Amino acid sequence: MTNPFTYAPAPESRAIVDIASSYGLFIDGEFTEGSGEDRNKTLSPATEEVLAEYVQANEEDVDRAVRAARKAFEKWSALPGAERGKYLFRIARIIQERSRELAVLETLDNGKPIRETRDADLPLVAAHFFYYAGWADKLGHAGFGPEPKPLGVAGQVIPWNFPLLMLAWKIAPALATGNTVVLKPAETTPLSALFFADICRQAGLPKGVVNIVTGDGRTGAALVNHPGIAKVAFTGSTAVGKAIARQLAGTEKKLTLELGGKGANIVFDDAPIDQAVEGIVTGIFFNQGQVCCAGSRLLVQESIQEELLDALKRRLSTLRLGDPLDKNTDIGAINSAEQLARITALARTGETEGAERWSAPCELPSSGYWFAPTLFTGVTQAHTVARDEIFGPVLSVLTFRTPDEAVAKANNSQYGLSAGIWTEKGSRILAVANKLRAGVVWANTFNKFDPTSPFGGYKESGFGREGGRHGLEAYLDV
Amino acid sequence: MPRIHPALADVTASDQALRRFLHGLPGVDPVGLEARAAALGTRSIKTTAKAYAIDLAISMIDLTTLEGADTPGKVRALAAKAVHPDPTDRGTPTTAAVCVYPDMVATAKAGLNGADVKVASVATAFPAGRAALEVKLADTRDAVAAGADEIDMVIDRGAFLSGRYLKVFEEIVAVKEASGPARLKVIFETGELSTYDNIRRASWLGMLAGADFIKTSTGKVAVNATPANTLLMLEAVRDFRAQTGVQIGVKPAGGIRTTKDAVKFLVLVNETAGPDWLDPHWFRFGASSLLNDLLMQRQKLATGRYSGPDYVTVD
Repeated sequence: MTNPFTYAPAPESRAIVDIASSYGLFIDGEFTEGSGEDRNKTLSPATEEVLAEYVQANEEDVDRAVRAARKAFEKWSALPGAERGKYLFRIARIIQERSRELAVLETLDNGKPIRETRDADLPLVAAHFFYYAGWADKLGHAGFGPEPKPLGVAGQVIPWNFPLLMLAWKIAPALATGNTVVLKPAETTPLSALFFADICRQAGLPKGVVNIVTGDGRTGAALVNHPGIAKVAFTGSTAVGKAIARQLAGTEKKLTLELGGKGANIVFDDAPIDQAVEGIVTGIFFNQGQVCCAGSRLLVQESIQEELLDALKRRLSTLRLGDPLDKNTDIGAINSAEQLARITALARTGETEGAERWSAPCELPSSGYWFAPTLFTGVTQAHTVARDEIFGPVLSVLTFRTPDEAVAKANNSQYGLSAGIWTEKGSRILAVANKLRAGVVWANTFNKFDPTSPFGGYKESGFGREGGRHGLEAYLDV
Repeated sequence: MPRIHPALADVTASDQALRRFLHGLPGVDPVGLEARAAALGTRSIKTTAKAYAIDLAISMIDLTTLEGADTPGKVRALAAKAVHPDPTDRGTPTTAAVCVYPDMVATAKAGLNGADVKVASVATAFPAGRAALEVKLADTRDAVAAGADEIDMVIDRGAFLSGRYLKVFEEIVAVKEASGPARLKVIFETGELSTYDNIRRASWLGMLAGADFIKTSTGKVAVNATPANTLLMLEAVRDFRAQTGVQIGVKPAGGIRTTKDAVKFLVLVNETAGPDWLDPHWFRFGASSLLNDLLMQRQKLATGRYSGPDYVTVD
């Protein structure tokens, strides 16, 4: 039966965002041109429309930014914590005031649905600034000694999956602890960081405390290798993270890495099935699966496999894929052509290795980068789709028979960022969680974030923690 | 009972078997359930979809008056309104039913004057249900004899909460039989059942016993229909049909007053049980004040302007 209740389009207006045709770098409180001629374009993944041009910052530009940050560090780190807190509170409030504008901007530049930028990203961005604003004058009570000192200039490189949220995770604790920053946003999603630069000006943040340099990996490398920075914080792929770790080995720079993941989402036979289905959907299809802590490996107890998969397929058939600016869209566009190609190739590997592929019956738009929510059944530990991070809307379904087997399979991964446990039995939650080697373990939920809760990984998922009191440590000399 | 799938027939053989079955149903995580209901509540229903939803919601209303002070005059007015909800626009759909106490069934039937609107009646010692089975059955037979097309019965919450599931089951079976050709809506009073696990168990109990509809509440307690408990019941009817092939209706009742709320419930239906339930035969709103808000929104869509309470009829 065709559904008579087809929702009419409900697009969010993009008139609220004023995107300039071209952007410079934000250095020492000013927007400035780059010293070279190189420029990049950022486009909307949903339509392939070019949104703006921006500077490909070179070593000279990065050097200017680091110098500005070093100069600003002297005054900023000397400010009483309460004063720094005031700036952060002001930034948090401006983010709230401009949240609709930023949500639309982020959706345009990243391709994720407005439902997620509006309801998840932006509230969390503001919450992170509020949370770390509160810590700024209480650092002596955070458990790192009576007067913990900032490090200096933090060089921060962030990914394209949560452009503004990752900026908040990096900048808020750095500023609260008295560091100054040079941040490089991802090359496909630089716009929200440039808008954030404007927010810093609006908040009257002293010049040079926050600097934004745009560009691709070369800019990132220049920043990471600059001798003037004291700390590097990187979120992104494991391959790049390893390269950074090699480069920094033997230097005095501090380093934290948030890298890839292949999160296990374990569903026991006594789980609340309907909520588990929702949790699986949130776990792997939130932000089109482009989430480092995605629950991309579903470990389901064999006895309920059939029931759960039927329910899951039925649920996936109701997902609405399309225009990310439509308020009813659940699944938006893949961030770039390059990423789409990577996902497509890995899915093909899954098929050739003999896993059974099922994709939700979504109609894909003709322009832009799209991938229908997909699951692979009959997957074993030996399959590539069970081991490699796909970073897309692709779920690998494995089975287990006993709790011990579930734990063994969940831990049998080079990654260790996140895991989920679904069971109605509280004692089992605690027992299993204790044995999982993952930085975050969710129980009867998935992909829930909060600024008070630390986040970070084991093994090839990186080291160091962001968020919570633990997140302060990475920016303090302790 | 031919309605029940053979695989499920055994589970009603004894109190113990029934308890094992009901307690073996998957649990409900309250946080997850409420989050899902809230997420579906953010669907943005505009223009043509909104117009469709408003007319659909009107056609799903059990226009209800359940007061001690009900009189023939009040019931006649209600019946007239059910047939012509908006006298200024005869194209407005009729409501699904008028819902009254058993002694008002004949009056309601007469007031409808042959229009295609059902008469539903709350029998079985509504709303407390605290009476002997014989009294409940007599109440039911009265309503059916007076012409009721649908019977809304309340379950014995005391028996349910003390674990006497078979007693509840047998009462529903008996009332179903006494209802004859009338469709039976079984009311759980979800606010008194208190936990979502109980609501899921009650839903299955009602469906196993032959309910044609499962209904959240009487509208007489503090917590009535909510998006979360309705979502849960929609999951139950969806699963029951998958297992037995039998489709059961759902009726949230009490506390749904605005078009916005009604549309949210329709979204729950659409995305949980599925579009098969987007029909007054399978989904109802138990409401009295909802209709006027729907009519005002309908007028707004037609004219581009908001009217006001004086442009729709008082009951």
